[in-house]
Amino acid sequence: MATTAPTTAVPPSPKARVAVWKFTSCDGCQLSLLDCEDELLAVTEQVEIAYFMEATSRQLPGPYDLSIVEGSISTPEQLELIQSVRAQSRFLLVIGACATAGGIQALRNAADINDYIRVVYATPEYISTLATSTAISDHVKVDFELRGCPINKMQLLEVINALLNRRRPLVADHAVCVECKLNGTVCLATTRGANCMGPVTQAGCGALCPKYHRPCFGCYGPKENPNVSSLANVWRSEHGASTAHVSRTFSSFNTAAPAFAQVARGNGTVNDDE
Amino acid sequence: MRTSILAAADLDELIQSLKAAGYQVIGPVRDDAAVVYDDINSATDLPRGWVDEQEKGHYRLLPAGDDRYFGYTVAANAWKRFLNPPRKRLWRVVRQDGKLQFIPESDSAPPLAFIGVRSCELHAIHIQDRVLIDGAHCDEGYRQRRRHLFTVAVNCTRAAATCFCTSMHTGPRVELQSDLVLTELLDEHGHRFLLETGTDAGHRITASLPLMPATDDDTALAESRINIAREQMLAGPRQFDSSGIHNLLFSNMESPAWDAVAERCLSCANCTLACPTCFCFAVEDTTDLTGDHAERWQRWDSCFNGAFSHVHGGSVRNSTRARYRQWMTHKLAGWVDQFGQSGCVGCGRCISWCPAGIDITEQLQAIAEGDAS
Repeated sequence: MATTAPTTAVPPSPKARVAVWKFTSCDGCQLSLLDCEDELLAVTEQVEIAYFMEATSRQLPGPYDLSIVEGSISTPEQLELIQSVRAQSRFLLVIGACATAGGIQALRNAADINDYIRVVYATPEYISTLATSTAISDHVKVDFELRGCPINKMQLLEVINALLNRRRPLVADHAVCVECKLNGTVCLATTRGANCMGPVTQAGCGALCPKYHRPCFGCYGPKENPNVSSLANVWRSEHGASTAHVSRTFSSFNTAAPAFAQVARGNGTVNDDE
Repeated sequence: MRTSILAAADLDELIQSLKAAGYQVIGPVRDDAAVVYDDINSATDLPRGWVDEQEKGHYRLLPAGDDRYFGYTVAANAWKRFLNPPRKRLWRVVRQDGKLQFIPESDSAPPLAFIGVRSCELHAIHIQDRVLIDGAHCDEGYRQRRRHLFTVAVNCTRAAATCFCTSMHTGPRVELQSDLVLTELLDEHGHRFLLETGTDAGHRITASLPLMPATDDDTALAESRINIAREQMLAGPRQFDSSGIHNLLFSNMESPAWDAVAERCLSCANCTLACPTCFCFAVEDTTDLTGDHAERWQRWDSCFNGAFSHVHGGSVRNSTRARYRQWMTHKLAGWVDQFGQSGCVGCGRCISWCPAGIDITEQLQAIAEGDAS
C-alpha cells in the first residue's frame, strides 16, 4: 500500500490551501497575517499559502479551501474579480472595515463621486471607478466577517484555527463595553462625559483605546442590536455634542455600515435641533 | 462582639497584620477617575480625602475637604471580580497517541482580605454565595476563595445620590457577619475608627494592634454618623417600598414602560457587569492550531448580549425590550423565587454606570404608575 501511486493527476494536499486577496484597502489587515510573527510558522505548518501577493510572488491556481479577502468593491474590475474569488473558494473570510462595511472610502457613497474625482486627481479622465464603495457581502455570499480597522491578528488566527479544527470561531458580537468591564477599565463616558462609541461598537480590539483613556472610535463597526440613535441623543442632551459632531464621529471607517450610516448622514432618528 | 478604637494613624498596622498573616489585601484605590477595588500594600494606597459624586450615567471623584479614608461610597467595580474572576480557565485537555488527557485547574492563590466592604456589598457577596455555592452546581474555585475570605467592613457615613440600600433593607449599617467592622470618626477628638471584632479570625488579626477602649460617646457618634447616610437615602428620590415588587413585575410583563426603556437602553451590558450580584457567564472552548491542545474557559457574560440567549436557530431575546425586561424581572422578582431573596442590594451601580443614564428605580416607578392606571 505504501507504494500505491496517486490516483489523481494532482495529489490532494494534506494542508488547507489559503489565498489572500486585496481589493480597495490600505493593506493593513492582510499585514496582520504577516504580523503574526510568533505564530506564523505554526500557521504555515497547518496551511499552504497558495496566493498572497503581499508575502510571496508564488501564485498557485485555485480552488482554495480558504480565501481571505481584504478591501471594498470600488472599481468595475473588482465587481468581476470578487465573483471569480468566490467561485474558487470553499470558505470566504472577509477581513476589516473596508471588506465588511465599505471602509473610510465609503464616505463617497453619500456624495457625488465626480466631485471627489475633480478635487483629488489632476487628470480626472484617467479615473475609472464606481460611484460607491461597498462591502464584499453586497456582492457575493460571505462565510465569515472579521471586523476592525485594522483587524485584531489574534482574531484572525482564531478564525483560521476554528476552521482547521472544524469548530465555531470565538468572535463575540457584543459591545466594547464588555471588554472594558472585563479588563477593569473605568468607563470614560460616565466619569468624563466622553463621547465614546463603545456602547454601540462590536468588541474584538480588547477595548484598546479606553485602556489609554481615549474613547472608542468605532473601528469594529456596529455591535449586534445597536441603539445608535439613543447614544447620539445622550451625546447631544447630556454631553452637549452638536449634531455635526455626532455625524462626524460616525462618519469614519464604518460610515456605510447601515446602523452607523443613519446617524453619520444626520438623517436617523436623532432629534435635529440645529 | 468586641468594640474598640483604632487611631487613623494606625490603620496601616491593620493592613500589615493581614499581609503578615498571608492575605492578599484588596481595598479601595484611586484610579484616574474613580475609586476601584484593587491590590493594596499600605494605607497610603487608600483614596484618602476623596469622595464620589454619583448620578444617572454620571460618576466624578471630588476632593472631600477632609482626611477621611472611606468618604466615598461604593467603588466602580464590585468585589465579585476577585471571588469570581472575569475570565478563568476551567480545565485543559491534551491529545496524545489518540488518547485524551484531562488536566483540572488548580487554584493556588493566597487567601483574600477585603478592606472597605459596605453593608450592601456584604449582602451582595451573600447573595452570590446562594447562587455559586448553595445551588446544585457548586463553583469550587469560588467556594475556596469565599471560605478563606477575611472581610473588613465599613459602615457608610454618607450616601451617594444613587444609593438606595434603605429601600432594599441591606444597609447602611453592617449587620451581616464580618470579621471586622470599621466606622470612621473624625471630630475635635481626632481621626479614628470604631472597630467591632466579630470573629475569631478578626481577634487574631487585631491582637497585635494598638487598640484603645471605645467610650459610649464613640459608639453614639458612630451611630449618628451612620444615621446621616440613612437619612440622606430616606429623604432622597430613590426611597420606595420594595415589598410588592415581585407581584408588580410579574403582573406587568406587557407594560408600555418596557417599550419606553428599550428606546433608551443600549444593551451594552454595563449594568450587569457593574452589578455586584449578576453572576452569569459564558463557557468557551479553545484549541491550538494542531487541535492537540484544548482549553475550557469561563468568562463573565450578560443577558443584554444576543449570544447569551442563543440556542439552535438564533437568539431567544432579540429585542432590547426583551433583554431589559429579562434582566430587571429576574433581578427583582425571579431571583426571589429562585434564590429566596431579591438580587438587588441598592448599591446604585447600574444607575451610575449606565451610559444612557437609565435608573432602575425610575423604571420600577414607571411600571407601578402603569399598573395603577
